[in-house]
Amino acid sequence: MRGDASKHELVAPGRLDAVLDLLASEPGAWTPIAGGTELMVAFCAGRLDAPRLVSLTGIPDLRAIEVRPHSVVIGSAATFLDLRRHTIVGAELPLLARAASWIGSIANQSRATLGGNLVNGSPAADSSPALLAYDAEIEIISVRGRRRVPYSAFHTGYKRNVLSTDELLYAIHLPRRFERHVQYLRKVGTRRAMAIAKVALAATALAEDGVIREIRLAAASLAPFPTRLFGTEAALLGQAVTRETAQSARRALLAEVKPIDDIRSTAEYRRRVAANLLDELLLSLRREGWQR
Amino acid sequence: MRKSARVISSERWPAIRFRVNGEAAAVRVPPMKRLLDVLREDLNLKGTKEGCGEGECGSCSVRMNGELVNSCLVPVLQSEGADIQTVEGLARKGELHPLQKAFLEHGGAQCGICTPGMLMAATQLLAQDSHPGISQIREALAGNLCRCTGFMRIFDAVAATAALEAKPGTGSAVEQASHAR
Ligand SMILES: Cc1cc2nc3c(=O)[nH]c(=O)nc-3n(C[C@H](O)[C@H](O)[C@H](O)COP(=O)(O)OP(=O)(O)OC[C@H]3O[C@@H](n4cnc5c(N)ncnc54)[C@H](O)[C@@H]3O)c2cc1C
Ligand code: FES
Ligand code: FES
Repeated sequence: MRGDASKHELVAPGRLDAVLDLLASEPGAWTPIAGGTELMVAFCAGRLDAPRLVSLTGIPDLRAIEVRPHSVVIGSAATFLDLRRHTIVGAELPLLARAASWIGSIANQSRATLGGNLVNGSPAADSSPALLAYDAEIEIISVRGRRRVPYSAFHTGYKRNVLSTDELLYAIHLPRRFERHVQYLRKVGTRRAMAIAKVALAATALAEDGVIREIRLAAASLAPFPTRLFGTEAALLGQAVTRETAQSARRALLAEVKPIDDIRSTAEYRRRVAANLLDELLLSLRREGWQR
Repeated sequence: MRKSARVISSERWPAIRFRVNGEAAAVRVPPMKRLLDVLREDLNLKGTKEGCGEGECGSCSVRMNGELVNSCLVPVLQSEGADIQTVEGLARKGELHPLQKAFLEHGGAQCGICTPGMLMAATQLLAQDSHPGISQIREALAGNLCRCTGFMRIFDAVAATAALEAKPGTGSAVEQASHAR
């Protein structure tokens, strides 16, 4: 281990207002730490650039999962095990429950939080494609108040997002309206457990009378941050699922994704797999979409 | 259970209190110190091992408030007030825990570095699911790496313990485990 614990300050106020006051009092001086499964890895490797940390543990509001009539509101510090164990999440937001089961091992899922996954902002983050497909909204809090942004506008670049230094990600809002949708999520990695995505694709779609009436398509590892594939969606919306539609959607997808070569895979492999996943999605839309 | 708390002093740091294997403990260490290091260095509980120090191998797994965690990724301040169980807490009065016996019987341990973590992950599984099938066992241990045994003997040991603890007639995990080989 190369990190030196005595070089970092860590406090755990255990109250949301106290955390927010701290963040506001010295902008940029304090780094929030939730489950620590990103920050502690950096600490162990001796590359944690955060002299002062404030823990988000022990704040019940931040970890609550609230079911409202038209939405499910997930506190940012809810862990992936919390999500896997929640019956409404499992029944109505199965893509998110499935993504949760992919985040490392049980010992990781017991600590890793949904908010930490989003704020860390890895292009390969497992929860992101599912949240984009479910049209999630992000609630942000600070001493100045609360604001909301669509999750599709949350990431602004590689590991960059819309939060300012005094703000916390407070909660993730998910609409409860996907019961009739075809829901799709597939991650391609090196092995089933403990593998970071080479590519992942998620979608919610609604077809009526053979025509795609609604579609949200999202990807991981195909751009510097998790993204909605708006161009590919446009090629599909209002179309019947025919061979021609599939071909034009494939072209749109290949035109809008920007994968890279890295240690996990090559850009070319990612493009091909992404296009194949799109085909698989369209096949399942053909199969299931018509019966609804 | 002893009444008196173990206090490790360094006046520079405020005391952080928690329970380890049912006993109260208090340490005065930097709050960012890893729970793993506090257990090993300050509380002299060397059963918990360090493999990777980055959450990948599971050899540092302990249970914290009834959940499995990798202690290399827990700053000790986040354990304040918690109930922690380490491998030292499995045996009772010198008698090995059934999982430990099964690991011995089935050849589930060789060099032993992964074993404490494996035992804690298996304990976590059995606390939540008293008759897991082979896929539950595999998932529960997926974050624990072993360089020696090839895993099958470990799965067998866990399946055998589950069968032993399950009510008579429900011990199908062993059968499933051997089918899967
Ligand atoms: C062994 C291992 C395997 C992993 N496997 C996967 C995987 O398969 N898929 C995957 O997607 N990830 C994986 N991860 C990464 C990690 O577990 C996740 O990204 C996790 O969700 C991070 O959450 P955390 O609470 O632990 O984050 P922390 O480390 O506590 O924080 C991460 C970042 O988010 C910030 N932050 C946290 N909460 C808030 C908040 N509420 N408001 C503002 N900022 C906040 C922190 O300041 C920090 O910058 C893995 C990690 C490990 C160690
Ligand atoms: S040492 Fe903690 S997971 Fe490897
Ligand atoms: S027994 Fe040696 S690593 Fe598992």
